Amino acid sequence: MAKLINLTINGTPVTVPAGTLVVDAAKKIGIDIPVFCYHPKMEPVGMCRQCLVEIGRPMVDRATGQPVLNEDGSPKLQFMPKLETACTNPVSEGMAVFTETAKAKSGQKEILELLLTSHPLDCPVCDKGGECPLQNLTMEHAADESRFIFDEKHRAEKHVPLGDLIFLDRERCIQCARCIRFQDIIAGEPVLGFYQRGRNTDIVTYGEPGFDSIFSGNTSDICPVGALTTADFRFGARPWELKQAASVCSQCPVGCNVTFNVRREAKAGGGYVIKRVMPRQNEQVNEIWMCDKGRFAGYQYTEAESRLMATPAGLDAAVGQAVAKLVESQSETVFLASGRLANEDLFTLKQLAAALHAKTYLYTQHGGGEFTTAYGLTSGADLGALGKGDTVLVAASDLYNEAPLWHLRLKAAAQRGATLIVAAARATKLDEFASFVVRYAYGDEVATIQALPAKDKIGEAIKNANNLMIFYGSDGLGLAGTTALAQSCAELFSISPVSQLTGSPVSQSASFPVEQLTGKPEDRTTEQPEDRTTEQPENRTTRKSNTGLIGVWSTPNQQGALEMGFRPAENLAAELAGKTVYVIAADPAGDDPALAEALKAAKTVIAQDILTTKTVKLADVVLPAAAFTEREGTYTNGERRVQRFYPAVPTRPGTKADFALLAEVAKGCGIALEGRSPLLVMNRLSTAEPAFSGVSYETLSQPAEQWPLIGRSDLYYGGTSYENKLGLGVTLALQPKADRQSSTVSGLRPKENEFLAVPVTKLYDLGATVAPAKLLSAHIERSAVAALHPVTVEKLGLGAGDQLSVEINGAQFTFRAALDASISTGVVLIPRSMGLAISAPALVKLHAAEKA
Amino acid sequence: MPHILLRHRDIPDIKNIEVYKQNGGFESLKKAVTTLQPKQVVEEVKASGLRGRGGAGFPTGVKWSFLPDNLWPHYVVCNADESEPGTFKDREIMTYNPYQFLEGVAIACYAVGATEGYIYLRGEFYPIAEQLDACLAEMEKQGYLGDKLFGTETSIRLKTHLGAGAYICGEETALLESIEGKRGQPRLRPPFPAVVGLYGKPTVINNVETLTNLPYIIEHGAAGFRQNGTEKSPGVKIFSLSGNVANPGNYELPLGTTFRELIFTHGGGIPNGRKLRAIMPAGASSSIIRVDDAVFDKVMDTPMDYENVQSVGSMLGSASVILIDDTHTMDWVINKTIHFFKHESCGKCTPCRDGNYWMLHLTERIHAGQASAQDVKLLDSVAAQVYGKCLCALGDFSTMAVRTAIERFPEDFEKVKA
Ligand SMILES: Cc1cc2nc3c(=O)[nH]c(=O)nc-3n(C[C@H](O)[C@H](O)[C@H](O)COP(=O)(O)O)c2cc1C
Ligand code: SF4
Ligand code: SF4
Ligand code: SF4
Ligand code: FES
Repeated sequence: MAKLINLTINGTPVTVPAGTLVVDAAKKIGIDIPVFCYHPKMEPVGMCRQCLVEIGRPMVDRATGQPVLNEDGSPKLQFMPKLETACTNPVSEGMAVFTETAKAKSGQKEILELLLTSHPLDCPVCDKGGECPLQNLTMEHAADESRFIFDEKHRAEKHVPLGDLIFLDRERCIQCARCIRFQDIIAGEPVLGFYQRGRNTDIVTYGEPGFDSIFSGNTSDICPVGALTTADFRFGARPWELKQAASVCSQCPVGCNVTFNVRREAKAGGGYVIKRVMPRQNEQVNEIWMCDKGRFAGYQYTEAESRLMATPAGLDAAVGQAVAKLVESQSETVFLASGRLANEDLFTLKQLAAALHAKTYLYTQHGGGEFTTAYGLTSGADLGALGKGDTVLVAASDLYNEAPLWHLRLKAAAQRGATLIVAAARATKLDEFASFVVRYAYGDEVATIQALPAKDKIGEAIKNANNLMIFYGSDGLGLAGTTALAQSCAELFSISPVSQLTGSPVSQSASFPVEQLTGKPEDRTTEQPEDRTTEQPENRTTRKSNTGLIGVWSTPNQQGALEMGFRPAENLAAELAGKTVYVIAADPAGDDPALAEALKAAKTVIAQDILTTKTVKLADVVLPAAAFTEREGTYTNGERRVQRFYPAVPTRPGTKADFALLAEVAKGCGIALEGRSPLLVMNRLSTAEPAFSGVSYETLSQPAEQWPLIGRSDLYYGGTSYENKLGLGVTLALQPKADRQSSTVSGLRPKENEFLAVPVTKLYDLGATVAPAKLLSAHIERSAVAALHPVTVEKLGLGAGDQLSVEINGAQFTFRAALDASISTGVVLIPRSMGLAISAPALVKLHAAEKA
Repeated sequence: MPHILLRHRDIPDIKNIEVYKQNGGFESLKKAVTTLQPKQVVEEVKASGLRGRGGAGFPTGVKWSFLPDNLWPHYVVCNADESEPGTFKDREIMTYNPYQFLEGVAIACYAVGATEGYIYLRGEFYPIAEQLDACLAEMEKQGYLGDKLFGTETSIRLKTHLGAGAYICGEETALLESIEGKRGQPRLRPPFPAVVGLYGKPTVINNVETLTNLPYIIEHGAAGFRQNGTEKSPGVKIFSLSGNVANPGNYELPLGTTFRELIFTHGGGIPNGRKLRAIMPAGASSSIIRVDDAVFDKVMDTPMDYENVQSVGSMLGSASVILIDDTHTMDWVINKTIHFFKHESCGKCTPCRDGNYWMLHLTERIHAGQASAQDVKLLDSVAAQVYGKCLCALGDFSTMAVRTAIERFPEDFEKVKA
């Protein structure tokens, strides 16, 4: 741990680790030094000069090396002739910082004045007004009259679209470069830059299309003025009208903590509506960031036109019908549920099914989940603590598209010195940051993973890893392929000593704030205090907290379902025939014509959903459910962290939360289940499910002080991300080891004129939870491409962008052709949820599409 | 006395490599590489008391000794950006006496163990860069650059790099950014270039004139170099004399030469029978020295070295001495300087970026008689507001002339509206 340094700030003593910046040390004791360019997540640049303070350092006698003392025996301080920037100066022993002296204050005021002189001062029509650092500091410190002539003010362009999601107001920009640096350093997508110089300095985008990044929304949060506004919120509401509802993003397994900002609107009959999605700080999950999918598609689907609703009476009637069907079918019922459901829903479902002796299946094409419950992450895990000595393997996953925040955090881990191994059949964005890229042919996933230990450097990195974290995805794989992949990944733990730490006490280290305050990764400890695992029964694996297997699921709570024992069916269609099928939060009929047929062959279909899906359309009984924005619940993210979400808007008429609907149905069947509140369900859940033991709504909602301190009295420090006041969640205990399975995957061999089509995931697709996000339609459109090797495209007589028809089982589907030189010539990448049903690798025929 | 730096004035064809060789060319480099340890070269330069000619006057040998021994490679970067208004000495050296300059750069490389050196020229110097490239090729051909110099294991290669014509790229860290292909904006310091410089490696940055002294120092030793100049400011200096003077041009004179000697003996005095009113000894970045009857002799007898120019309220800087006669007023002068600084401010930091914007508006109106006394006060206050708060020295430079003009020439600011 870093050496501790003692200093005083405005006379108050403070002790912080060496390397801490003066501005952070001050923040720690509640002294807000105004900043604009400094952001605690990025290295200081000292550009805006707002943070001017006086810094005295103890004088040392050159000859003796002894401190020079004042008459009263106190050390004599030496001051620089000029004011110094608090954001660029690290603390030193005996330093005395003064932030409030006349000299410091006037320096700060002078900078503020200069910033304001070229600022349009259009706060009344500015979206940032009300949560604007510049506005706040002006109200606090600045003169109320300008000394300059209005007509001579700098004028610049307003409403400049940097892309279709972010708009720039060049007059408001104070050239702090936070946005540029965020894109460059944190997002790794350096698409913004400065153009021109001096007073003419402007932000421009180098992106093609403009501002081509999936993290762009974050720049608006950290922009200290209203220069960057988001397409969804600009001119949408005033910040002070907004209320906050803590939630968790439902778009991917990362589970970014978010805040829904809501206000009452006439158009909603005076009810609350969501106006925007903002990141909420959880340093162990999403820090203070989120991706554009979460921001711009985060809730829109819950407001889609296809939302299911009923009258209260209609709902009662539907429940009655469902009850009648279930009472009749009993154990001849099959429940099919997806990871879109909350833990409370799944638990209620599990109990109902158990009471009926009915089967339940997890609806997913991503298998192998049983390994993640035994080999997953445990308490104290934090991707932000991965660093030198740690090894991360990403297998068959395009994290950038599948779980953007994991991409972002693993990129950072690699930059801190973690060994990042990316094993993929095609180039992914993470390759750039990887220590090793292992390229294999689609179909060779398992063999590739099994061969890793034998590779010199990669093998060493796995065997000698301090912590070994493995992410496995479903790039190019179906259920069988992913299951086999999971197993081969899990086996890697047995060759790495990380898993042999069973029962060993994990070293305790002081927690926040001391070692995290520096923000310097090398000072963080990777072994977090461990409170629960030491008491685990023998058969549970205990190991370093940053070690584990993580599934890159396509739903927010597949992990929760897995932890409760839900598993996918190997041959789902066969399971459905002749049964009463109760489908919840899943659309098998929409995803796969074969499953639609299977459902048609079922005796009865009961569909419970929030949207009018194809499955809903062919169902005999439809139960409209409440969306996650309208109710309480919890999701278990891929890191096995259970996190609470809270209601943001009222439940729609004639809908109920899934667990409540299930409990009502159960009641009708004579089964007493908890349906009153998710809190009560969780109480039962945590008693019944060993992995959840100790989890309660109380433990889940415990906030803890996090670094950096954001969202407090000053917004200028961290931006407008929300402070986490409603809990950081709890990570589950590990479950007993899964039995080894011997699943084999039969490799498909394309015949002449055939291609191996493999499913890949695009961030923006036509899935039911993304397509309703109107702002993203251009992005979705850009993703509707089938990628081929350039040679193949040429052979087909096509060029990039030309229409390509894919023929599968006699059905035709058209994509634009895209080039990917990293794949083999016999392969075509088909995006999931883009219209073509492809749940696993398949053989297809390709033709140039007929020109219209 | 023969010239030390402007030797082409004595030996017209010295830009021909053969002529340069006939006149002792490359002997110093050979001496250093074959008979001296790098440390000995550093010590000799330290002992000579050579101070940087780029403006700050920092002791060159001391600067070199800051390079850490455990971080490699080291780089030498020569600052040939020469953009200070009124400075035109480096271009004369590079154009007419290129080999002495390049030999100096090579000696610096040897002294700090750099195998690569960069010469960064302002974009407008492209013809000079072309000529230097030809010289470098010739030196490589003849074995004065490249591998195994003079049969030793020493390798040295030099490259020219053209900027795009920005004053700020003369600031050493902005210069490094520019070589690296980034926006020419100053870096935060510390770390200093001596530790984290070009491409993150220890780097020495010296001015053209500074480096051109090196062959002489190696040839004549520290003591020989100290024959000229003063104890604290040894050696000769090229004074770029311009403005209202009969014979503008570069004058190589010992440091400590008086203003009188420069202006009247060499420069031929003020033409058209006008009176000298003001001196800007360090180009546009100067504090303006007022020269009226009361202080005329005091100023004229002031030795021009790094210490004494301060006694008349200014700095020697790069010794670009601009003379202003009594046909000009200071409101005009500072309007010119601020126009320059506003144009050249890189925009990275608030006070310089916005301060110069307003100073330009104010000086423009003041000069045009469209301002009030309040505006003059405001101008002074903005300059004070900028001073001491910027990320790099350009911001401070921009305020020097403004503040001293208002303070020392109050009568020039009285034509304003009431
Ligand atoms: C705005 C600005 C412009 C500068 N321009 C030049 C220049 O054109 N040439 C130069 O040699 N030094 C220039 N300098 C000084 C350099 O930063 C640096 O101090 C110098 O090159 C060091 O060389 P020396 O020690 O040999 O003088 C400039 C400094 C500043 C702040
Ligand atoms: S747009 Fe915002 S974040 Fe970007 S430089 Fe301007 S003020 Fe800073
Ligand atoms: S990374 Fe995943 S959880 Fe986070 S905002 Fe994006 S989609 Fe949502
Ligand atoms: S003082 Fe001027 S030139 Fe220097 S960094 Fe600031 S804006 Fe750029
Ligand atoms: S210079 Fe310190 S916050 Fe900008």
